[in-house]
Amino acid sequence: MTSEVVAAAPVPVPGRAQRVREIAGELRGLRGALIPILHAVQEELGYVAQDDVAVIADVLNLSVAEVHGVVTFYKDFRRAAPGRTTVAVCQAEACRAVGAVELADYARLRTGCGFGETSADGRFTLDEVFCFGNCALGPAVQVGEKLHGRVSPARLDALLGEAR
Amino acid sequence: MKIFVSRDSAARSVGADEVAERIAAQTQGLDVEIVRTGSRGMLWLEPLVEVETAAGRVGYGAAAPEDVDGLIAAGMLAGEGESLGLVEELPWMRRQERLTFKRVGVIDPLSAEDYEAHGGTSGLRKALAMTPADVVEAVVESGLRGRGGAGFPTGIKWRTVLGAESDLKFVCCNADEGDSGTFADRMLIEGDPFTLIEGMTIAAYAVGATEGYVYLRSEYPDAVATLKAAIERAHPAGWLGPDIHGSGFGFDLHVRVGAGAYICGEETSMLESLEGKRGMVRAKPPIPALEGLFGRPTVVNNVLSLATVPAILTHGAKTYADYGSGRSRGTSVFQLGGNVAHGGIVETAFGITLGELVNDFGGGTASGRPTRAVQVGGPLGAYLPVEQFDLPMDYEAFAQAGAMVGHGGIVVFDDTVDMAAMARFAFEFCAAESCGKCTPCRVGAVRGVETIDRIVAGTERDKNLVVLEDLCELMTDGSLCAMGGLTPMPVRSAVRHFGEDFTA
Repeated sequence: MTSEVVAAAPVPVPGRAQRVREIAGELRGLRGALIPILHAVQEELGYVAQDDVAVIADVLNLSVAEVHGVVTFYKDFRRAAPGRTTVAVCQAEACRAVGAVELADYARLRTGCGFGETSADGRFTLDEVFCFGNCALGPAVQVGEKLHGRVSPARLDALLGEAR
Repeated sequence: MKIFVSRDSAARSVGADEVAERIAAQTQGLDVEIVRTGSRGMLWLEPLVEVETAAGRVGYGAAAPEDVDGLIAAGMLAGEGESLGLVEELPWMRRQERLTFKRVGVIDPLSAEDYEAHGGTSGLRKALAMTPADVVEAVVESGLRGRGGAGFPTGIKWRTVLGAESDLKFVCCNADEGDSGTFADRMLIEGDPFTLIEGMTIAAYAVGATEGYVYLRSEYPDAVATLKAAIERAHPAGWLGPDIHGSGFGFDLHVRVGAGAYICGEETSMLESLEGKRGMVRAKPPIPALEGLFGRPTVVNNVLSLATVPAILTHGAKTYADYGSGRSRGTSVFQLGGNVAHGGIVETAFGITLGELVNDFGGGTASGRPTRAVQVGGPLGAYLPVEQFDLPMDYEAFAQAGAMVGHGGIVVFDDTVDMAAMARFAFEFCAAESCGKCTPCRVGAVRGVETIDRIVAGTERDKNLVVLEDLCELMTDGSLCAMGGLTPMPVRSAVRHFGEDFTA
């Protein structure tokens, strides 16, 4: 697992702060704007950098601590750029009933990373998710944006291969 | 002619897009329209292809993309060849009583014309012709109880919000369907989103709210896209906006996407999240009906509760209340998942037994091995052995058995399951997803994992079982919300019914 203490400081991206400020400015009028802003920043820029937090806090007139608290509460918000392909394996009960624990072991073996980690070659980020609502067709795995059902180890190999 | 292929994300997860593409390629130049519907809920038959014939829709499934050419060669376009027969005559469909899910799998989810042609908007039109108080009383009379899990009477909640004085009230739909084994909210939103919009609009009219939010989990990207598209189309149709159906009543609806926190399915945590904060549970009172979103009177209901309201208004409260058993009135949308041969959606009146659902509808396990346990009501629900399969699906009957109906999800396990591992996972999950506000949940979950590890390692087993029971009692009685309060339910039921697994 990467913690903030050991994570390499992200390289500042030119113009990033300006873009984050624009996104936050566009959405600040929404009720409860912070989470929609964080989603929008992550969707466009890939993750929520520590430097972004101060910018968003400034736009919303919140303390940096408040924004930091929200970013770190929710699993969705990444603090560093993910690998080229994200692979999320469901680990909830219904998928466990059809071999999701064993599939997760296999996914760790094949990607070379644990849950929440990115492979050394930057190819994959592996995550665990508790339920995609595909409980009758498990084990469920999301590769990139696409959800897959009844994923066997062989099928996972094929999906990872397609993503290379 | 029309051919129907599901666009539901479960169907797509096993190749429905590829099947639809193949059919389109093979029928080029022919008078064929491919309609992408929701799913009928017979998920083991997905991808299911339905062909319109004079007698009704004929089904073909499960159809792989490579099966398409052969099916067409055998006469599929004329409803011929080896088929499942008429889809609505299949025993799985005939035995159901679909009110909430009436249109799911039948219509194009984003077609306003389809929606109206299949009875949509009639509930809202009836409601707008009544006084708000009469709408509330109709929902009370229907006996509808919260489908999210708690089972609180929906109409009583609405009555409280109607009676609250405020210049701003909200209707919030809890679509943070995080419970494993439940997928009915997702399928309803992907398959018939206008029904949810209609139900929320009726709720808003009934209680005097002008603004609504659907809190939809990020794990459901297809549902998010479908609902947003439906809201966009509802405005020009006059179903949302400043003057709904020319009544002068105005209501606006917004989608907010969650961010991967299970606890945000708890209603007060969801409200915090909607306000842009950490999803920390609030102490009650004050109840959200009086001080909810941004401190204003707020209706918070589950997707299925709200989506059932149009049917109640359309058919009448009494007709709805005639379904069901005891104090569980109406129909419920049960979901069969896990290691089950025939998984999917079963909407039927309360009172059907657990065994009928698992064996008659579900057809036993997918692995073909004996069923050993089923978990009902999500990760916080009890594990039940086959000896309890005669339990009727009824809120009170389940409560008496130390279990809960919850959101109606049923997860099946075969005889290879290690129930001590499942009990340990219940604590692990609680430790991962606890908001951390109250100590019994935050610390208890961690201690629970450790205690089960000691029990299965054979370290003072009997003494540690006493510690485990004591911990469960404390979490049940001392936690702030259902997360910590109900985590003991799967644990205790596993120990009670499957004690032989808790050994070294």
